[in-house]
Amino acid sequence: MPLPTGEVIGILGDNLRLRNSVLPLPTKVATKWTEGLGLPHGGRTVLYTGLMYQLIPYIEGLVKAQIKMGDSWMGKYTGLGRKVNRYVNVSAFMARPSAEERARYDQVPINVVHLLRKAGVQFGALYEDDLYSGALAYDLGLDEIVVEHAKKVHAVFKKRGVKTVITIDPHTTTMLRSVYPKILKGYDIEVKSYLEVLAEKGFGSNGHSPRQLSGDVVIHDSCVFARYEGVVDEPRELLAAAGVTIRDPEYTGRQTWCCGGPVESLYPIKAAANAANRVAQLRAAAPDCVTMCPMCFVNLSTAAGDTMRFKDISQYLREAYAS
Amino acid sequence: MTALVNPGLATELNRFDEFNADACMNCGVCSAICPMGVDVEVRKLFRYVLLGMEEQVRAQTENVFSCLLCKMCEENCPAGVHIAENVRTLRHHIVLTTFGLGEG
Ligand code: SF4
Ligand code: SF4
Repeated sequence: MPLPTGEVIGILGDNLRLRNSVLPLPTKVATKWTEGLGLPHGGRTVLYTGLMYQLIPYIEGLVKAQIKMGDSWMGKYTGLGRKVNRYVNVSAFMARPSAEERARYDQVPINVVHLLRKAGVQFGALYEDDLYSGALAYDLGLDEIVVEHAKKVHAVFKKRGVKTVITIDPHTTTMLRSVYPKILKGYDIEVKSYLEVLAEKGFGSNGHSPRQLSGDVVIHDSCVFARYEGVVDEPRELLAAAGVTIRDPEYTGRQTWCCGGPVESLYPIKAAANAANRVAQLRAAAPDCVTMCPMCFVNLSTAAGDTMRFKDISQYLREAYAS
Repeated sequence: MTALVNPGLATELNRFDEFNADACMNCGVCSAICPMGVDVEVRKLFRYVLLGMEEQVRAQTENVFSCLLCKMCEENCPAGVHIAENVRTLRHHIVLTTFGLGEG
């Protein structure tokens, strides 16, 4: 039995409308990564997570539960789930990642803080006001709900005096940089991914990396970075200057092959099949792979099991430039 | 069988001047290159829209939502079709008309 597409989309939309995120997170979990970093609250330039890395362990848990339960289970209960979900956050009961799993993903924004500081960038953070961008809801066509949500995000930027936002993942980057200007009047926030900021600061040329890395790494470009936002050269320049030998797989750069993540919430079995195809392409190039999107990371590493190793690009860069 | 046709469908979908299914020349590059393979077939969807075949579009709901919006097709399309945004626009249409979602 196929997944009840409308009901799943309904739950995700209700969550964004009522709780500001497709999968609501407790504030303590969403802001844990900031602990001990002494980041100023707000300011002209802020590092913005859009909750993407914090959400991944929860999405991972939900998808595993969904695959285990099978489509028929979802077919029977999602209708009831949506009604209950309006009052109680159902997803909170379905996925409860451990502190270690959460810490693994929190490491990415922490790495970025150290890298940006090394590059001499002055920035703050928005803590509990660092909201989800609405990316998945926009992809699913929930335009009206996304517009209302985007207004809340924009209001936070205005209230905190933010002019420039530094993003980490591709989905938040494209929402804040390419979608919000289309759907919001008067939105004039400058948005750059930290990879672009580091490249601009000259980290992509030799001489900035105090600790040279070595070894071959296959690069998996994110579709959104490569084809929506044109971020292709920056990760390569940064990795090459760090001493890494980059291997390109079949389908790379602007011709990259999607990890399957975008359909995971509705059709996890199709998503997994696509990820398995991509893993075969990557494995043919090298056993170590660098990703730059948390959805790519989780989809590909799940599909690969122990046949490959995956690392977020921030990990390599921090080891080379800011350890 | 009665065919219910909505000749204004393509115009209705083009709220923001971005929906350009009419630029598609049905060359098949997108179908050949799509990582989701036969599941998606966007050019067929676009043809249904241009012909106003609204029922057929809705019958393709799973295909419309199986697209990764990855733009692999768009990158290689010789006619500059905004494939991903067109598919997203069809989703919005289905969200409003079939699922009754949108306003919440
Ligand atoms: S590649 Fe472009 S022109 Fe060719 S069939 Fe697909 S959408 Fe139409
Ligand atoms: S966007 Fe990607 S998944 Fe969707 S039709 Fe194009 S190539 Fe296929």
